[in-house]
Amino acid sequence: MRRYSAFAIAREAARYHQGWERAWASPKPKKKYDVVIVGAGGHGLATAFYLGKNFGITNVAIIEKGWLGGGNTGRNTTIIRSNYLQDPSAAIYEKARSLYETMSQDLNYNVMFSPRGVMMLAQTEHEVRGYERTAHANALQGVKTEFISPQRVKELVPIMNINGPRYPVLGALWQARAGTARHDAVAWGYARACSDMGMDIIQKCEVTGVRQSGGKVTGIDTTQGQIDCDKLAMVVAGNAGHLAEMAGFRLPMESVALQALVSEPIKPCIDVVVMANTVHGYMSQSDKGELVIGGGTDGFNNYTQRGSFHHIEETVRALVETFPIISRLKMLRQWGGIVDVTGDRSPIIGKTPLGNCFINCGWGTGGFKSIPGSGWAMAETVAKGEPGSLAAEFGLNRFTEGRFIDESVAAGVAH
Amino acid sequence: MLILECPYCGVMADETDLHGGGEAHLKRFGPGSSDDDFETYLFHRKNPKGVHFERWRHVSGCGKWFHAARNTMTLEVYGTYSAQTTEPPKAIVNAVKKKHPEWEGWT
Ligand SMILES: Cc1cc2nc3c(=O)[nH]c(=O)nc-3n(C[C@H](O)[C@H](O)[C@H](O)COP(=O)(O)OP(=O)(O)OC[C@H]3O[C@@H](n4cnc5c(N)ncnc54)[C@H](O)[C@@H]3O)c2cc1C
Ligand SMILES: [Zn+2]
Repeated sequence: MRRYSAFAIAREAARYHQGWERAWASPKPKKKYDVVIVGAGGHGLATAFYLGKNFGITNVAIIEKGWLGGGNTGRNTTIIRSNYLQDPSAAIYEKARSLYETMSQDLNYNVMFSPRGVMMLAQTEHEVRGYERTAHANALQGVKTEFISPQRVKELVPIMNINGPRYPVLGALWQARAGTARHDAVAWGYARACSDMGMDIIQKCEVTGVRQSGGKVTGIDTTQGQIDCDKLAMVVAGNAGHLAEMAGFRLPMESVALQALVSEPIKPCIDVVVMANTVHGYMSQSDKGELVIGGGTDGFNNYTQRGSFHHIEETVRALVETFPIISRLKMLRQWGGIVDVTGDRSPIIGKTPLGNCFINCGWGTGGFKSIPGSGWAMAETVAKGEPGSLAAEFGLNRFTEGRFIDESVAAGVAH
Repeated sequence: MLILECPYCGVMADETDLHGGGEAHLKRFGPGSSDDDFETYLFHRKNPKGVHFERWRHVSGCGKWFHAARNTMTLEVYGTYSAQTTEPPKAIVNAVKKKHPEWEGWT
């Protein structure tokens, strides 16, 4: 792999950009791999990357029915934060956030990580208490956050109306080292690194069946034929239930549509991420100047990657109330992704009823931020056959044992 | 927008007048059941890519719970029916079969 650098740009500029090589290969599937990963979203690709990097396992295929990064990874509003209440969540999300800090260097690919700060508004007394509690929990977990005053909120975001008639801003949970990254670049950067390690990324290849014998997976059927494997990792987000069905088990999970939208581009007006959970409004500004807005989830099962219009209306109403200056803006694009929502709204990483088959799903409305940490933990689980400390609490068995990871913050909204 | 006919009051109700209640016809398990049965009842869902039977409540109307047969891939609605049943009625099953002869049926 030719490294990207300032020197490379200069070299290519001098020769009309003729020398750039393809970022990843598009091979035909081999007959058999040590590990087959289904799903080339951020989590599947990060799993592959750390299988190679941390465990030296490179005879790996990543099977994708569409194009890599075309699922939720390329559809999200890219908020990255780790200010969770429960210890297992804080551990894995903070691991992920810290890996984001060096991801561009680690992958030699600019993922445009921007630690611009994330602010979660408290607009009811209940929220004030909740976020103060989270700030204390974060202090114990070693995650740096603070509860800030309405005045400080106004200083950070001058365009915000903090004295709204319905829900005045009473303070905010502020994580200065949280932020955003370029979602496609995360998928592309991992794909390039995986391809460089000799892994096969196979796009336009849908898994249609899971072959098994004696309680173990032997391979998969795909639209490009049968592929055998020693281990199988299912990392398909909203399609996890469908894939599990093929393998003969059910998940504590349902799939619903979550929407996002962007406005026409405007001059820089907000340089942090704002999340308003009470009114359901999430907003940041992209480098292009578009306001990136996260919407709500539909209240019913859906696989169509579209969402209901009235949710957009609710979201926009909340944002106009919070940021009156955007009331005349036109919205440019709207889209949806199918998110995987579990019984306790926390993710699943771990073993399945089939011995050599592992699953990573349930990140729901908030799993972009966790991609590197999740890949790290999933790779360990697949390589060793048992979850390590980061993944241990996230196994499927927590539903039998009633050991939920209750993150009330993981509501049905984009974040 | 999703529109369902409430089988009780006959109103064609918009999604915003309704509240989804998840998978219908769950087999309930209570105290004394095995851990696996209890877990399955509480958390495991069919979550199918295709025909789905589900509970809905006409919150901004008559307030009653009813059932609907819907497709999660195409968003088409096959019909709605009373909640006083433990499985989808014949007419609904036939309506689905008519559109999708390959459908395996409700289990
Ligand atoms: C609108 C929206 C906004 C969001 N905002 C945020 C946010 O601000 N911050 C945040 O942290 N998270 C956010 N999320 C959540 C985040 O996007 C997801 O949790 C995360 O991207 C999931 O990554 P993944 O790799 O698990 O899934 P995906 O990226 O969906 O990848 C799964 C892949 O599996 C493939 N696949 C499925 N079935 C098969 C099959 N049978 N065979 C082969 N391939 C298959 C799919 O095509 C897909 O590419 C948002 C999500 C949405 C939809
Ligand atoms: Zn009614």
